[in-house]
Amino acid sequence: MHSFAEMSARERLAALVDAGSFHEWLPPSERVTSPHLAQLGVPAAFDDGVAIGRATLAGRAVFVAAQEGGFMGGGVGEVHGAKLVGLLRRALRDRPDAVLVLAESGGVRLHEANAGLIAVSEVMRALLDVRAAGIATVMLIGGANGCFGGMGIVARCADTVVMSDIARHAMSGPEVIESAHGAGEFDSRDRALVWRTTGGKHRWLCGDCDVLVDDDAAAFRDAAIAALDAQRPLTLEALQQESALLQARADLDDDNADAFVLWSRLGVPDARAVPDLDADALRPLRPAAVAALARGGA
Amino acid sequence: MDWRTVVTRLFGACHAIAADGEFLGGMAVFEGTALAVVGTTNHAAVGVDLALRQARAVLATIAEHPGRPLLLLVDTQGQALRRRDELLGIHRAMAHLGCCLDLARRRGHPVVGLVYDQALSGGFITSGLMADVCHALPEAEIRVMRVPARVTKLPEDLLESLSRTNPVFAPGVANYVAMGGVRSLWGDDLAAGLRAALADRDTADRRAEEGARRGGRRAAADVIRRVLEA
Repeated sequence: MHSFAEMSARERLAALVDAGSFHEWLPPSERVTSPHLAQLGVPAAFDDGVAIGRATLAGRAVFVAAQEGGFMGGGVGEVHGAKLVGLLRRALRDRPDAVLVLAESGGVRLHEANAGLIAVSEVMRALLDVRAAGIATVMLIGGANGCFGGMGIVARCADTVVMSDIARHAMSGPEVIESAHGAGEFDSRDRALVWRTTGGKHRWLCGDCDVLVDDDAAAFRDAAIAALDAQRPLTLEALQQESALLQARADLDDDNADAFVLWSRLGVPDARAVPDLDADALRPLRPAAVAALARGGA
Repeated sequence: MDWRTVVTRLFGACHAIAADGEFLGGMAVFEGTALAVVGTTNHAAVGVDLALRQARAVLATIAEHPGRPLLLLVDTQGQALRRRDELLGIHRAMAHLGCCLDLARRRGHPVVGLVYDQALSGGFITSGLMADVCHALPEAEIRVMRVPARVTKLPEDLLESLSRTNPVFAPGVANYVAMGGVRSLWGDDLAAGLRAALADRDTADRRAEEGARRGGRRAAADVIRRVLEA
């Protein structure tokens, strides 16, 4: 096992696609850096925290992107976002079999706040264009920093979301929520609470992640290969069904319940045991009530 | 501006738009054309329930009134900062709303965004920023949610001084216009603004090129072009 969480973005990319097949566009040697960070006295990165390019996966043509959580938490700035938009627009033109994104991001890079916010929105529209064109869109969330904020929204716009059991996918970080409403609302130091509220196991049980894997590079590669033909067209009927299922799920929690209580209400047997289960043991426990929210569950 | 003032100046008495809590919805007739109005008010913190409520209104418009233009009225303080919303997958509810607006566009509904008061972060990404084109009133406020310094680790006084000189750092609707995120500011004649917006049937995302042309966001369009040519 090679821990996906402990790898850098480029190591994850190399382990994901066919050996030696990654060809990078705007590589670090071209020094396409943020024009804004110097004013803040913050060092730039020669790839602005994201690597993009083409590769093959099980012999098939794919476009790939990998966000580096070690650089500004994977935050989306003007250039970082534009690289993702460029990749997606190129996919629309060149039609690879899939676009795979190794998402690791705190969301909008607050150092470039306004440009980052617009950039995330451009990424979202470009991703939905690619998905509507019938090209498989796949988000792989396994980095130690998780996938949050605007990138958390963007990720859930893809056909398939793959997570490891130790990854997190959410909107606002626990520190931000605690700052707004106090530790009584969300105690950011309570790691068990944070993971059962935003972690891969929870997202699997609720139908918000489509594939749950171990924190292992080979498992992510297998999941990515399986996702190459897993398009889920966004039709009116599909969105009406999603709308009803999401509302029914939200209605189960009208009393600010803990994750343990929500899992029980969804029908998970022995909810208290969930944090101790590994991905293999957890996978069969996803309740029928939410299975249709995830790929292959309908 | 109060939403009632906005809709009265746009539609006179020809509307049935109502607030239900922080949700705004209903239909209106603008110069003989029926419109669906969906939005939020009272600086709404958009959580799971409010995102789903807006999504349902968009889906109902697609199902019952094919092609009817959608006007998004935006007033949000951003996403709700609550544990319950995170537990229930607020990122998914917001993505769902964005996908519904995207579907409306693909099925031929003109989608016009108007920031009439305040637009921040996640509440904006899945509303006005998902419109074909987003517009704003001159007195509107658009920015990213403030995050405590212990999270950003940026000195506040440095940000404060940069805010005065660089559109990327400064809150303010004029900066969003310069960066291409907002197409135009509507003047006193709101009806003229809406008329022009509805007449523009180009649905391509031109924000990066607009940002470069207007000088507020110079790098993005160039980077996108370079990726396409690499």
